[in-house]
Amino acid sequence: MTRSIDLTDGNVRALNTVLQRRDGNQDQAFEVLNPMGRHAIAAGCMHGLDVQVRGHVGYYCGGMNELANITVQGNAGTGLAENMMSGSVRVTGDASQSAGATGCGGLLVIEGNASSRCGISMKGIDIVVQGSVGHNSAFMAQAGRLVICGDADDGLGDSIYEAQIYVRGTAHGLGVDCVEKKMTAAHVADLQALLDQAGVSAKAGDFRRYGSARTLYNFKIDNVGAY
Amino acid sequence: MCGIVGLYLKDPDLRGQLGSMFAPMLTEMTDRGPDSAGFAVFRDSGNGASKICAYDPNHTHDWQQIAASMSLDLGQTVTADRCASHVLLHAASDTTRLQAALTTHAPNVGVMSAGTTLEIYKEIGLPADVMDRFGVPQMAGSHMIGHTRMATESAVTTEGAHPFSTGQDLCLVHNGSLSNHNVLKRKLQRDAGLTFQTENDSEVAAGYLTWQMQQGASLHEALEAAIRDLDGFYTFTVGTKDGFAVLRDPIACKPAIMAETDQWVVMASEFRALARLPGIEKATLWEPKPATVYSWGHA
Repeated sequence: MTRSIDLTDGNVRALNTVLQRRDGNQDQAFEVLNPMGRHAIAAGCMHGLDVQVRGHVGYYCGGMNELANITVQGNAGTGLAENMMSGSVRVTGDASQSAGATGCGGLLVIEGNASSRCGISMKGIDIVVQGSVGHNSAFMAQAGRLVICGDADDGLGDSIYEAQIYVRGTAHGLGVDCVEKKMTAAHVADLQALLDQAGVSAKAGDFRRYGSARTLYNFKIDNVGAY
Repeated sequence: MCGIVGLYLKDPDLRGQLGSMFAPMLTEMTDRGPDSAGFAVFRDSGNGASKICAYDPNHTHDWQQIAASMSLDLGQTVTADRCASHVLLHAASDTTRLQAALTTHAPNVGVMSAGTTLEIYKEIGLPADVMDRFGVPQMAGSHMIGHTRMATESAVTTEGAHPFSTGQDLCLVHNGSLSNHNVLKRKLQRDAGLTFQTENDSEVAAGYLTWQMQQGASLHEALEAAIRDLDGFYTFTVGTKDGFAVLRDPIACKPAIMAETDQWVVMASEFRALARLPGIEKATLWEPKPATVYSWGHA
């Protein structure tokens, strides 16, 4: 049974107390009604819940998520799923800047477009964007995969470490030390599995792969297992 | 931080509801700027009349006397209506002549705005309190822009609050900070003869647009030139007599969201300012792109 929480006049702290089970509840499925663009909705979840947010959310929705599966039926503001650890976050609309920033794990799916700095400093998260991304996406990205089904604006992958970027459309400009790399059969298989997991119908063979030229930082092959 | 909002009505039938639609938007931005608030309302007073919004918080001037003296100068009736700390002067006269008459009879008074449609009101305090003082929910008009301030570049004063106007029927609200405003200000003072009332960086941006438009640029063109000449962080919302425009800098750190229906177009720093707007569920929503001018009306 799904438990409904209405935010028309409610407050986000009370909502998150419930979603974090700090009140001792054991409910598995929630829907959040009338999110009204509020910040930090469903931030800090720590359990394998299902959360459906019916409407647009503000900043940091699903931040620090562990284990929960959160869906936003609408758009998301700055810092969607920031520092996610595991679980999944999906938005059916667009995401504003810094979506998936510093994320360590889990899967973020953006069905619309993401604006600038998508996946900035990502550290292991997988991000799949069905539309396009803004400038400086995957800036200083350390680990994980950023998949862009549309185009990427200028400065893609600037100062990138060992994250993988896949673009189906056009990368309008690569950042410093970001280069196109060979798409091997192993990469195609790996990407196809991720697209399938994200529920995105796209052919992995249509994507190009980008990553670090490894000239900007002290890459040592001995450390490759750390990424 | 600061919060900015703008509401431009495409449907003239909504003009009576302008203030009641606008006030909740600005109130929602209180968290982004609780120290002062201000807004500009564009409303045509008819018959080509001019108006000046003057600032006299301590009631140090006798406005009926000043209006009478100005009337004699101009050969036309000047009326003075107090609105909280501001005084609105009206006359069926050319704006420049009305300004000259005010300078003669009240040389030290601060002027918030001058023109045929623009009125600017601003004050220190929480946005909801400031708007209550000026009766915003009852205001009618064609468009409004507003600002909630968290001061960074200069002191918390009424003069430092936004919107800023440096030319007739033109004003601007700004979220961000400019880094080349001192050099640009000297250039505008030297080359264009512009005068500035504050040390605020945003006033320089307003002055820059005034200067561009004095040279024949449209608002759209003036903003495109601003991308080249202004350095720093900014999301601007600009109002003119019959136009409305939004611009973000090329890095686009400062947030903005826009929404449009057949009846209106709005911008805000965050979606939550728009969440309760009637008709928002049917609006087209988007985040304005960096270094791209969005304009409506005769902009």
